[in-house]
Amino acid sequence: MKSKALFAALAAGAIAMPAIAQETTPAMVAAAEKEGKVVWYSAVDVKVAESVKKAFVAKYPKIDVDVERSGSERVFQRINQEYQSSIKNVDVVNSSDASHFLFWKQQGWLVKHTPPDALKYPPQGRDPDGTYFAWRASLSVMGYNTNLIQEKDAPTGYADLLDPKWKGKLAKAHPGYSGTALTGTYALSKALGWDYLEKLSKQGVQQLQSTTATPKSIASGERAVMVDGNEYNMFIEMQAKSPVKIIYAKEGTPFVTSPTAIFKDAPHPNAARVFQNFLYTPQVQQLIVNEGGNRSLHPDVKEPPERTPLAKIKLLPDDPQGMLPQVNEIKKKYTTLFGN
Amino acid sequence: MRKARGGVDITAPFSIAMVVLLAGLVLLPMFWLTLTSLRNDAKDFTLSHYQHFVNDPTFIKPLATTLWTSAAVGILCVVAAAPMAWLVARTDLPFKRLLRVLILASFVTPPFLGAFAWVLLGGPNAGLVNQGYYELFGLKAFEATPLINIFSAWGMVFVMALYTFPYVFTFVANSLDLIPSELEEASSILGAPLARTAAHITLPLVAPALLAGFLVAFLQSMTLFGAPAILALPAGIDTMTTKIWSLFQFPPQLGLAAAASLPLLIVTVLLLRAQAAIMGRRGYSVIGGKSTGQRLIKLKAWKVPALALFAIVLGCSIVLPYGVLLRTAFVKNWSAPLAGNLSIEHWRFVFFEFSQTKLALMNTFVLGTTAATVGTILATTIGYLSIRKLVWGHRYLAFLATAPVAIPGIVLAVGLFLAYTSPPLVLYGTLSIIFLAYLTKELPVGYQQVAASLKSVHPELEDASRIFGATRLRALVDITAPLIRNGVIATWLFIFIGSIRELSATILLFTAKTKTISVTMFDLRESNDWGPIAVLSITMLVITFVMVAIINYFTDRRAI
Repeated sequence: MKSKALFAALAAGAIAMPAIAQETTPAMVAAAEKEGKVVWYSAVDVKVAESVKKAFVAKYPKIDVDVERSGSERVFQRINQEYQSSIKNVDVVNSSDASHFLFWKQQGWLVKHTPPDALKYPPQGRDPDGTYFAWRASLSVMGYNTNLIQEKDAPTGYADLLDPKWKGKLAKAHPGYSGTALTGTYALSKALGWDYLEKLSKQGVQQLQSTTATPKSIASGERAVMVDGNEYNMFIEMQAKSPVKIIYAKEGTPFVTSPTAIFKDAPHPNAARVFQNFLYTPQVQQLIVNEGGNRSLHPDVKEPPERTPLAKIKLLPDDPQGMLPQVNEIKKKYTTLFGN
Repeated sequence: MRKARGGVDITAPFSIAMVVLLAGLVLLPMFWLTLTSLRNDAKDFTLSHYQHFVNDPTFIKPLATTLWTSAAVGILCVVAAAPMAWLVARTDLPFKRLLRVLILASFVTPPFLGAFAWVLLGGPNAGLVNQGYYELFGLKAFEATPLINIFSAWGMVFVMALYTFPYVFTFVANSLDLIPSELEEASSILGAPLARTAAHITLPLVAPALLAGFLVAFLQSMTLFGAPAILALPAGIDTMTTKIWSLFQFPPQLGLAAAASLPLLIVTVLLLRAQAAIMGRRGYSVIGGKSTGQRLIKLKAWKVPALALFAIVLGCSIVLPYGVLLRTAFVKNWSAPLAGNLSIEHWRFVFFEFSQTKLALMNTFVLGTTAATVGTILATTIGYLSIRKLVWGHRYLAFLATAPVAIPGIVLAVGLFLAYTSPPLVLYGTLSIIFLAYLTKELPVGYQQVAASLKSVHPELEDASRIFGATRLRALVDITAPLIRNGVIATWLFIFIGSIRELSATILLFTAKTKTISVTMFDLRESNDWGPIAVLSITMLVITFVMVAIINYFTDRRAI
């Protein structure tokens, strides 16, 4: 009896113990080179994805990267549809909807693999079971076009957007397609309630399919204010001298982690591990911060000085556990209000 | 001595094999479509999908939108294209050749490319046309009402009409070429003014062509996927095609998708029957008539408004869209002024950095050539067997080869998806399933082409050859094949063009490994990457126009 209880306690302890990282060994690299490539389904901006690929191929010239970029929700649909049809194509996945990883994990589709650098991440950036990690994080910010709106007239938060003067001037990403929009919209519905979104839907809001598209919409002047968009796309626009400015809403800004994971049935398992390890190195983390405008949870990464530090921004944290059972409900409610 | 070389005549068993093959190709997906729409998850019989469809406003509304917008496109096409056809066929309008070339260009421009271009032109605030309009009148974006809001049901109607009107033009110009102009001349000799002659003589004569053109335009717009997805979805408006597409999101609701597909199929079949009844049995025909030296009406001062009509229509369908795509491909920021903005960055990105370009080009090319090759062989064989009425089954062959006309692309895709995602035949995820879609979709076009060439070759030539002892196959190879060679080459190119631009079926059937150019462009739109989209658009247009030029070289007939 006693020994059984002790054994159970030990087993429980073993589960709670942090996963041991798997270093990239020369043997792993050799096996990966034999596989020749890694297939990466990613929701990151297509140019950032290609930069990451370039850096990887520079380091491992014999391993190619197939980048398959699409919005998070479509990445999710695609993988599920492929797996339903027994098509095993994806090696490494990145989605901005952390609840996807919970689903895949429940299905038993993910591999336990901890990149060495991920051990340095704070606990909120790590799956306790070691299947997925917060490769990057982004804020779903508000923003406006500075040619069209003067700073003093710009909205300061979500509540301001209900003013009739913003009618027909707003753009928002659709949670049916975008994981960031889904996470952000869920956070908004918790913070401000669905009746806020119902009022917002009466403002003639342009519906785009990605939070990478909303910043481009206000940069081109197609809309004046965006309700949600990737902070990193705003940084990219600002670096390109587009007339846009970020608003950190006074109600809080949704914080969206965007993990990566390896699939169990990956056709290139070794290349997948080499690539996954590479994604968390300070080199790539700094790259996605500098070039990609993302936020990184890696402690060694330096934020560019012109960016508002995370500590100074009021955040609405993401809650994949709470969101997962409600995903379809959120999409349905949103579609009823804003259309497909 | 007279014994046929090669021995037995295999025509009959071959023909039966063809009927079985075609039936499998065309009917299997439709069988699965119907079956799935009538089954629940436990595979028991149910009408619940149809009940859901009828009772759910999120289905009825898209259906209503689809019907009224398609009707609006049809009317718009008739209103614009009928006078254009009359001007080309009956008057001394200048630049006819150039105008025909431009109409042909609108005909071969994929509507989703036009929709992309019109987002850049007619976006309410940043669109270049609206920017110009605001500047011209000293207005400010957001405060003034835009000249065009392309993200609306009417914006979608406008763009769809721009690329559908050539059908109506073709029908009407065709029929005017075939109708002798004596009646009209008599009327004007008796002193009736031009407008009166047009209203009382010409209009009734071409009424069947107008109606048939209207129906084809209606049908075309009803089955489009790209234009509604690009222009209407951002305004929160669904059509049936975008709705069916959304049912494929995870978890896919296949029963509902199947049930939602059938109304489209039924409407299409009814419209095609109506069209066939109106036009006799001419089907999709191309302008073949020569101008018969009729007396052309002198337009005199009316040349100006007449040319203005062409300028507006062709300006909107060709000049502005092509212009904006070129401009977008060569600038950094598409909505900013040209100065200091020029760059070839997007070209570098698309052809040297973007991982998907090579794969998508390759897939598109492989699909285009295989669909065109197999399609041409199939169409030629069926055409030969059915036009020569050689064997049992030729009626079924002709019917099966033309039946896919009645299947909208997205409906075909739903059927193929259902037929080939479960054992024994798992084709989903391979290029084969997309190949089957293209083959099925393009078969009617190919068949019509080949049948037209075959009809012009007299069977006596073959008979003569057979009397001298050749087998049917030998007669075919030595006598008929050389005579229809040009028609067959044209068929190949037609199918190729049709395949490389396909979006509405591909969108449901592609996977990461089997992406095509059209789907890649559609994915880039998700994140508003207009520069790369413009580069790929231009690439696709260049390939298309090279093909069209080759068709024109091989056929004496004008393609339109």
